[in-house]
Amino acid sequence: MAKRIDVSDLNIYYGSFLAVQDVTVSIEPRSVTALIGPSGCGKSTFLRSINRMHEVLPGARVEGKVIMDGQDLYGPGVDPVDVRRQIGMVFQRPNPFPTMSIYDNVAAGLRLNNKKISKSDLDGLVERSLRGANLWTEVKDRLGRPASGLSGGQQQRLCIARAIAVEPDVLLMDEPASALDPISTLAIEDLMTELKERFTIVIVTHNMQQAARVSEQTGFFNIAGAGQPGRLIEFNPTEKIFSNPDQKATEDYISGRFG
Amino acid sequence: MVILAGVAAFLVVEAIPALRAPAEDVPGGEGLTAYIGPLLFGTLLAAVIALVVATPLAVAIALFITQYAPRRIASALGYLVDLLAAIPSIVYGFWGIYWLAPRLVPLFRWLEENLGFVPLFAGPTSATGRTMFTAGLVLAIMILPIISALTREVFRQVPTLHREAALALGATRWEMIRLAVLPYGRSGIVGGAMLGLGRALGETLAIALVLSVSGGITFNLISSGNPSTIAANIALQFPESSGIAVNTLIASGLVLFVITFAVNMLARYVVNRRSEFSGAN
Repeated sequence: MAKRIDVSDLNIYYGSFLAVQDVTVSIEPRSVTALIGPSGCGKSTFLRSINRMHEVLPGARVEGKVIMDGQDLYGPGVDPVDVRRQIGMVFQRPNPFPTMSIYDNVAAGLRLNNKKISKSDLDGLVERSLRGANLWTEVKDRLGRPASGLSGGQQQRLCIARAIAVEPDVLLMDEPASALDPISTLAIEDLMTELKERFTIVIVTHNMQQAARVSEQTGFFNIAGAGQPGRLIEFNPTEKIFSNPDQKATEDYISGRFG
Repeated sequence: MVILAGVAAFLVVEAIPALRAPAEDVPGGEGLTAYIGPLLFGTLLAAVIALVVATPLAVAIALFITQYAPRRIASALGYLVDLLAAIPSIVYGFWGIYWLAPRLVPLFRWLEENLGFVPLFAGPTSATGRTMFTAGLVLAIMILPIISALTREVFRQVPTLHREAALALGATRWEMIRLAVLPYGRSGIVGGAMLGLGRALGETLAIALVLSVSGGITFNLISSGNPSTIAANIALQFPESSGIAVNTLIASGLVLFVITFAVNMLARYVVNRRSEFSGAN
């Protein structure tokens, strides 16, 4: 079930270094929200703070609120493990578990959530997830083969299947197509358009055409200089961002007149 | 390679007289197989005990150091474990006799009383504690740093990508270890265990000191009747041997050489095979 996310006054730190400053944004359910901006501007950091993945690094912490349908994700007593079960993530480089079969990769999250799941239920969910990721027809005859034998694009769709198998509320994608060829990229973009019927999707991308093609809302992050924190400069409907942005910096960035 | 071949050739040449000798000339008077058999059995038994005890412990230590401990504690602990490898084996032997063995006697008594129906713990309990079990434990501590060092390296190399894949699915730290770290490190664990096994098979002094030897093949781990091991037997018997007895000892050495060689080859094979499913593609 797709949920909305409200972020208010979010500051993200690595130790004493303020990486992202003062982000306030509302992310709509059943839509694709794209985050664009130059490298190092904090958009990936912001994305990872939504499902508390940035905490994996020692010293990382946040101030401010991230609310998902009324539930404070950083509230006291909230286990980051539970947050990650509700908010799935797909990474820049495809990262299927290399020692596991295709089937086991998709089943991994399901088995974590439900230890006693029956084989037939599992079969059904694995098939549904692989169909959901437009991968089923390509792999249905070799589910027992190692996942590392797939192409990069297939591996990335396998990772998407793995992420959606546990029915998360939100799907975060950190440059999901930047390591892929144009055909595979297209497959991923088509997939996003289908998946937004069921999930809230947030995607970080360096590819502005991609943001324009797939997203309803776009946020532009920027950084004032080295050592400065990243900020959300503008957040608007994608059409507006790419035709008539409010901020001069946004226009400079998307038209290529930048730094 | 040349040295290796030279050693092998020496062993074979010197062992031939023992292989040819009539059965009654071999020490013990019942032929070479009857002489080496219990030694070989003792060698393998002690090594297997050591491996069974040390491997899970070493893996646990490596996991703690690489996945759980804060950096400062981790490096201190790793250093301590590595230091275990620097202790001379004779020291382990003395420690085994004077410290460990007496303290294990109550445990052996308990095992005999409560688990006496298992052939391993049938007893009667050795009064000195200088049993196969004790020897195996001493060996376990000696091979612990080898196994732990290797598995630690492998665990440390688990790509962040795989660990994050597991964490992003909502895995707890332990689930992440099971999903990403252990599968990736599996062959490293096997390789480390094999190297440890090689060391345990060839260990001489600690066993020679700790183990109270009498009798032949037995699975009874806590009694005073234990088969010796090949290496310990050579060390103990060699000064008093002459003629065909020396050749017999060398023949037993040849057997040990072949076994440790095979174990090391196997270890190397297993460790190298890791590259195939490292996920580097």
